[in-house]
Amino acid sequence: MKKFGIILNGLVNENPTFVLMLGMCPTLATTTSAINGLGMGAATMFVLICSNLVISLLKNLIPDNVRIPSFIVVIATFVTLLEMIMKAYVPSLYESLGLFIPLIVVNCIVLGRAESFASKNNPFDSMLDGLGIGLGFTLALTLLGMVRELLGAGTFFGMTVFPDRYGALIFVLAPGAFITLAYLLAIINKIRKVS
Amino acid sequence: MIYIFMFIAAVFVNNIVLSQFLGICPFLGVSKKINTATGMSGAVAFVLTLATIITWIVYTYLLAPYHLEYLQTVSFILVIASLVQLVEIVLKKISPALYQSLGVFLPLISTNCCILGVAILVIQKHYNLLESVVFAFSTAIGFGLALILFAGIREQLSLLKVPKGMQGMPVALLSAGLLALAFMGFSGIVKL
Repeated sequence: MKKFGIILNGLVNENPTFVLMLGMCPTLATTTSAINGLGMGAATMFVLICSNLVISLLKNLIPDNVRIPSFIVVIATFVTLLEMIMKAYVPSLYESLGLFIPLIVVNCIVLGRAESFASKNNPFDSMLDGLGIGLGFTLALTLLGMVRELLGAGTFFGMTVFPDRYGALIFVLAPGAFITLAYLLAIINKIRKVS
Repeated sequence: MIYIFMFIAAVFVNNIVLSQFLGICPFLGVSKKINTATGMSGAVAFVLTLATIITWIVYTYLLAPYHLEYLQTVSFILVIASLVQLVEIVLKKISPALYQSLGVFLPLISTNCCILGVAILVIQKHYNLLESVVFAFSTAIGFGLALILFAGIREQLSLLKVPKGMQGMPVALLSAGLLALAFMGFSGIVKL
């Protein structure tokens, strides 16, 4: 039950996007469609789980003073791995996410979880925390991508819902990202206040 | 002439924050007051230009000749992180006044994605050193412009009555969206 609580914590109480407001750059930039949002979320989740596991295993070996640089090196290693894997197996997704794959290194969520969770807890719990936070991030990105794709292009995961000439292109472009996230946040704030 | 076009393109047309979504964290985080926004922009301009020069040199003369391109991400982030530390130490010794005004922002910068983002972009676009410097500097100006404008809007915003659910982040994001909309008006001014 406690293990389940760790995952749920990442999904709801400490949802990285809607509650902690971390990792905003990929959140806004890669959610032009639901599939891109899902891909970005899954990529970040992979790095989160792996880096949390390794950092938690190494936590007693790393001196306190060089903690942050060591964490960054571990994270960067996994990001490089991820880059190579994606380039080989899902080149089209890699193309559309572009710059934001290497930029997972500087995503505050990954470093934040390493610092606040993995460096204090055992490896298994850290992995679960990575999974929970990763799922929360993926969920948020997919939701945002779904709304933007539906309003902007009239499709739902690529399936046509209404003809795209009725779509408001602005939601796929840059300003739409800010506006959609603003309203989603407002709705979620409202729901959280009620419950 | 090409450099002027590059400058205009990077500041207005492809603004790093409002159309490329790099450096959103400081954009939302330190934009409550114009003073702090100015300090942050200064620090970013300084580090961004310096970091781009060094990462360009590292890539061109160290990684590319030995076919180590896959080490790009790891080496760049290490260069940036150590550069920020170095700048902090040097500034503290040489110019305490500047350190006072930029000091608090420097540690925040190493995880600012616009630094790493620009360093990678410059490599992807195959710029030479001078073009890279111009690109980095004008990107930093674009960042500063967006940040300071947004800080001004938020200062005004704090005086307004906002519906409860929209208070704080949502209304800030909404105004960022409107700012981005305004910047979209610049698209098409220059073609590169």
